[in-house]
Amino acid sequence: MVTERLGAIRPDPRDASPLRIDEVLVRRMLVAFLREEAAKSGHRRVVVAVSGGVDSAAVAALAAETFGPERVTALFMPYRTSAAESAEHARLVARTFGLALEEVDISPQVDAYFARLGEVDRVRRGNKMARERKAIEYDRAWPDGLVVGTSNKTELLLGYGTRWGDMASDLNPVGDLYKTQLRELAVLLGVPDVIVRKAPSADLWVGQTDEGELGFTYAQADLLLYHLVDRRMRPAELIAAGFDAALVAGIRERVRRNHFKRLMPLIAKVSLRTIGHDFLYPRDWEAD
Amino acid sequence: MSIRIAIAQCAPALGAFERNLAMHDSWIARAKAAGARVVVFPELSLTGYYLKDLAADVATPATGERLERIAAASKGIDVCAGFVERGPDAVLRIAQGYWSGGSLVHVHRKVYLPTYGIFDDGRYFGPGDRFETFSSALGTTGIAICEDLWHVSTPYLYAAAGATVVLSPSDSPGRGVAEGGDLGTAESCRLMDRFYAQYLTLYVVFANRVGTEDGIAFWGGSEVVAPDGSVVARAPDFDEHLLVAEIDTHLVARERDRNPLVRDERRDVVHAQLGRAAGGPD
Repeated sequence: MVTERLGAIRPDPRDASPLRIDEVLVRRMLVAFLREEAAKSGHRRVVVAVSGGVDSAAVAALAAETFGPERVTALFMPYRTSAAESAEHARLVARTFGLALEEVDISPQVDAYFARLGEVDRVRRGNKMARERKAIEYDRAWPDGLVVGTSNKTELLLGYGTRWGDMASDLNPVGDLYKTQLRELAVLLGVPDVIVRKAPSADLWVGQTDEGELGFTYAQADLLLYHLVDRRMRPAELIAAGFDAALVAGIRERVRRNHFKRLMPLIAKVSLRTIGHDFLYPRDWEAD
Repeated sequence: MSIRIAIAQCAPALGAFERNLAMHDSWIARAKAAGARVVVFPELSLTGYYLKDLAADVATPATGERLERIAAASKGIDVCAGFVERGPDAVLRIAQGYWSGGSLVHVHRKVYLPTYGIFDDGRYFGPGDRFETFSSALGTTGIAICEDLWHVSTPYLYAAAGATVVLSPSDSPGRGVAEGGDLGTAESCRLMDRFYAQYLTLYVVFANRVGTEDGIAFWGGSEVVAPDGSVVARAPDFDEHLLVAEIDTHLVARERDRNPLVRDERRDVVHAQLGRAAGGPD
């Protein structure tokens, strides 16, 4: 009899089981992460942008559980084209986790900016919206709060996000969870079913869905990324195991092309000791 | 006898193996056209230096098919080029091959892996475990990859084993820009090349790369230093350059006649002393 090795690599496009996580354990780790990392930098309050989607709902739940709802500033920042459903769901999230939701309409500032520019690409407009929202989050974090990020591992790896926009934060509890894993965690955290089940969308223009824009599903991407990244398998091995060759190549290329989005700006080294190169201290640089 | 050598002071692409192969072809052609018998490329010339996790992606066995083009190119001119070797033990190492007449003649694996300051070699690579000389078009030769040369024992061991030429393919990052001087690193390297060449009475061939990776610039300044301590040729700093120089085997003989330091080395005393220092029997 052949006994399967624990943690064996099973690359199979029809078998999503390698993505399963122990949600109870992950919840414990993420709450501890938020509590300890905020405390080390002397912060006791956080800001979370709630979009009405599942990722920010899960992060809002984790923040409420960690800090208590009264120490969480939950912001909903719609643009005039945002789906009505987004507002309903954001309010539902706030009610579910006992948060006071602050609503800031970003239409005036975004429209004022673009009024001078005429017709511009919708992706460019979307980037601007994401950065306006982040600027508001940082403003609302002043003087004693931290901005908590909501970008998941799938988005970060694919580069499906706006640099210094939605991708920006001080702490990100969910950046190492693939979209499908984060959805599972959201269920455990008590995120309402209607939010967990709806099609993910950046809601930057009418009718936009992540999967429509990306051209593949999160289920496909996550399983592929898991084998590619977590298990260090090569594209050729995955294709041999039955994954679609074009999908493998396309996703691998997205990961490569967008790697810069995951890093701090490059500093040109000229001196004997350079920030980021050989001036390296932990972020958790604690005083006596 | 005079042998013409070329140094390809190039800027490899980071992690783009095929592109670097094509780049090698063009430098090899230029070196051939310049009449060189040997062309020396910098450390990891086929892969780039700050590979991090890309190291596994660009790795190849020393006799793997990825390197066949380099082997084939060596039918017309000897080629010394750098790559990431996936060893028979599956460990990744920083390697420099020497190809001649269509086949691989020698591989040196970087022994000293800098893992401090801006360097992280030890995180990604395993170390080589020996300094072996081999017979090249230039005579008895040893290869010291970048940090290898900073350890005094490396060129010494090669000299003790009979080397008359030390090739030092390097990826030396430039740093230290105090006013009025050379780059800090350049000054150190030049001092080293000259000192080793003169006091071990051999040729030092320093092949450094140029270009920038993740904000860190490699400074070039490749040079050939003769056994009398004179700089035979030096490439400019920071620019790509094919440096061509003559290596005069008679000069090694003449310097060693005049100054028989290597002949008179008491290898037995050094060996015994090192044995004691390493905790061996007294």
